[in-house]
Amino acid sequence: MSFESAGYPLLPVLPELVLAVGAMALLMMGAFEGQRTTSLVTTLSICLLVVVGAIELALPSGKLTTFGGSFIVDDFARFLKILSLAGSAVTLILSIEFLADPSRRMFEFAILVLLSTLGMMVLISAGDLIMLYLGLELMSLALYVVAASNRDNAKSTEAGLKYFVLGALSSGMLLYGASLIYGFTGTVAFAGIAAAAKSPSIGIVFGLVFLLAGLCFKVSAVPFHMWTPDVYEGAPTPVTAFFASAPKVAAMAVFTRATLTAFPGIVPQWQQVVVFVSIASMALGSFAAIGQKNIKRLMAYSSIGHMGFALVGLAAGTAEGAQGVLVYLAIYVTMTLGAFTVILAMKRNGQPLEQISDFSGLSRTNPVIAGFFAMLLFSLAGVPWLAGFFAKWYVFVAAIKAGLFTLSVIGVLTSVVGAYYYLFIVKVMYFDEPLTKLDPMRVELRPVLAVTGLFNIFFFAFPAPLVSVATAAAKSLF
Amino acid sequence: MTTWPILSVVTFLPLVGALLVYASRGDDEAARRNARWIALWTTLITFLVSLILVWRFDPAQADFQFVEKAPWLASAITYHMGVDGISLPFVILTTALMPICIIASWKAITLRVREYMMAFLVLETLMVGTFCALDLVLFYLFFEGGLIPMFLIIGVWGGPRRVYASFKFFLYTLLGSVLMLLAIMALYWNAGTSDIPTLMHTAVPHSLQTWAWLAFFASFAVKMPMWPVHTWLPDAHVEAPTAGSVILAAILLKMGGYGFLRFSLPMFPLASHDFAPLIFSLSVIAIIYTSLVALMQEDMKKLIAYSSVAHMGFVTMGIFAGTMQGVAGGVFQMISHGIVSGALFLCVGIVYDRMHTREIAAYGGLVNRMPLYAFVFMVFTLANVGLPGTSGFIGEFMTLIGTFKVDIPTATFATTGVILSAAYALWLYRKVIFGALVKPSLATIKDLTFRECLTLMPLVALTILFGFYPKPVLDISASSVQQLVNNYHTAMTTAVKAAALLQ
Repeated sequence: MSFESAGYPLLPVLPELVLAVGAMALLMMGAFEGQRTTSLVTTLSICLLVVVGAIELALPSGKLTTFGGSFIVDDFARFLKILSLAGSAVTLILSIEFLADPSRRMFEFAILVLLSTLGMMVLISAGDLIMLYLGLELMSLALYVVAASNRDNAKSTEAGLKYFVLGALSSGMLLYGASLIYGFTGTVAFAGIAAAAKSPSIGIVFGLVFLLAGLCFKVSAVPFHMWTPDVYEGAPTPVTAFFASAPKVAAMAVFTRATLTAFPGIVPQWQQVVVFVSIASMALGSFAAIGQKNIKRLMAYSSIGHMGFALVGLAAGTAEGAQGVLVYLAIYVTMTLGAFTVILAMKRNGQPLEQISDFSGLSRTNPVIAGFFAMLLFSLAGVPWLAGFFAKWYVFVAAIKAGLFTLSVIGVLTSVVGAYYYLFIVKVMYFDEPLTKLDPMRVELRPVLAVTGLFNIFFFAFPAPLVSVATAAAKSLF
Repeated sequence: MTTWPILSVVTFLPLVGALLVYASRGDDEAARRNARWIALWTTLITFLVSLILVWRFDPAQADFQFVEKAPWLASAITYHMGVDGISLPFVILTTALMPICIIASWKAITLRVREYMMAFLVLETLMVGTFCALDLVLFYLFFEGGLIPMFLIIGVWGGPRRVYASFKFFLYTLLGSVLMLLAIMALYWNAGTSDIPTLMHTAVPHSLQTWAWLAFFASFAVKMPMWPVHTWLPDAHVEAPTAGSVILAAILLKMGGYGFLRFSLPMFPLASHDFAPLIFSLSVIAIIYTSLVALMQEDMKKLIAYSSVAHMGFVTMGIFAGTMQGVAGGVFQMISHGIVSGALFLCVGIVYDRMHTREIAAYGGLVNRMPLYAFVFMVFTLANVGLPGTSGFIGEFMTLIGTFKVDIPTATFATTGVILSAAYALWLYRKVIFGALVKPSLATIKDLTFRECLTLMPLVALTILFGFYPKPVLDISASSVQQLVNNYHTAMTTAVKAAALLQ
């Protein structure tokens, strides 16, 4: 093959190629056969994601690079790609019901999720600024469209538009930052930038700040979080679950890789930015969520807060910190998907319910769902023995080692504030008077809730596998 | 030696019981009865297994026994369990009180019985685990995990202001504990392990000692609770169901004192010495102030809750005196208070079940219709006062002796607390039990039933037994306490020598 002979082996990008070709094929199938293939396309898409995950795991171990070092497959990338693929696959499972509605049949939904996932995989493996931008845009453009996928709903359309306009702005900032960095270092490759940026120069720092601003937008960290609550509330619930899981993983991945591998020479420069963003996100995520009445808005603020906690690990700027970020993301994705499964199951007489007051007395009408949700909420709050505690443990333990005491103290204090609103939902479910029973939970939601819920409750018994994989993945960055 | 992991069995047996209760589906009367019996048998068997610990325990040995170790989080964070003379009494106290709590809730809880029993069984696992854990992370897991079932117990089965009380309990305790978590992390990096026995023998720099001590103090002072962070306790006690109050007073409060003994004193001896005056002041304030507050209460449970704060003041004072008598007295006082205050809450629960009010003014002259109750209540009131011949006396007396050797003013002020406790406790007793039975609502009140006797009589026996013969508890803890005190003083003299060398 000509690529191979030019020194660009295609093996590292094999999973991406399979995903891209598969997505095109499914698109053709949908285009020629029409909307009646929606459920088939969705099912095949889930299978495709599983296959891609399997190929990813089957790739030779160690660090593989191609396209002149702009595409990197290391343990870090493998870990996060599997996580994103799992997040996307679960999202598709969660959206089966949404797509089953005759008025909303669209095979494009699954295709868009696939393309967005492809963008995430490129983003996670990005080894230079061009690849970073390519992946980011591929991921985001698909996301803008799925946000507006409930076409007849004004809120959903508004969410899509808002996300698009603000997203375009952030892309602009990111590009501006990238061009400054290129201008001052003469290269777009992360390794090259690291070699050139040994000491802080005003141009590089300027570019770095713009780059970080663009990335903060994607992980919805304060002060670039404004779109999150509106988009989360407006978008259809399966889409919100998607936004809260896989894209966050990918954006956090590139955030980690770019800062740690491209700017190791000027750690204090980006560290102060990350520390500020982290504190601001944790504080806003905790305080602003208190007054929320809508569960999806609340989850939006919760995800802002959680990204703040994940950034605590990054702020440490060490291998322990990167490991903390990875463990945090893995646990966060399971908790969030579990929580959204419960939100999707909240239906009475076919009507979806989104107000927190709708959860009233759920523990008596639907004890199993309420039990799992309560445990997920305690886990989100970071109370031991649940998985969320271990997530917080690993990021803060890294921060303490790096000597970031102020950040850590503020972080754990905001987690106590955050615990209040998670507890409030538990209170509504357990202490308040019951309403009527929910509609029976759909078959496809049950295993998702069971797996995420049990993972959360019993993580403490078997933490070693995830932790050791995350340790190896974090080491591959250094 | 033991061939089976006895501590893990004691710790996780209640969890198995909880799963069994969960498996018994249904919400009819039969299902409720099943849940009660499963819970009772589980706690009884756990208690019996825990007695094997006492039987096989070697009191002459100061180190940890029944040690179990297994890999867990990382090479440095392991599943490490073990008990010594300080933790064993608390394990037994926990397992012994649990069946009593289950029996006490037999009739009082009619709503969501399965969930109630599950919450208690999970709580038992977490409490026993807290006292057995020999790894800081594992300890934190058990210590904090207990918040979840207790939050639900107060919030679901509590009184009218249960929501407020449960939130206050949860957030207050969590706030203290997260700071401890950061200190745990700092210790972990300092020593490269979170293993408690190793950390006890690792020298910690003085500045880190100070910060870590303060962080641990934030957690244990809230849990204990010490003045001025005690305000969650009266609320939680008043709103919790009877058995919840018993567990709260008898065991959860002891985790604070246990934490001081297990961590603050052995790991941060220099900081403990530096901060001892602070602890003494707070203890004396707690003893005098909360006793005065207790005098003013109109709610029986609130009065006992404030008296608990005062009694815990003796414990902290004794522990930080750092003398053999003080520390041993602190351990004994905690065990004694666990029995006595738990029993007092049971007593309040008994009249509450009959009259559905805890207001002191609603009672009076109960001795006329409830002689047996009056007798039992008297024993515990006198034990609460610290009358010689009851277990309460031994603990208070030892902590006071221990403190007199170190700090005479503190001990003098604390002694006035003994008088004040007599004032409020006897006042409560007179108001409720004595006088003429004039209130028409009390005219048909019944004396103790067999089930209620079953819960109270063992505690009466223990209170009097330990009052006359405290040896069993003191012997078990003696060598561990001795080692703790010795290490504390060695660390102090080494520091003094080092300071002298520098000059």
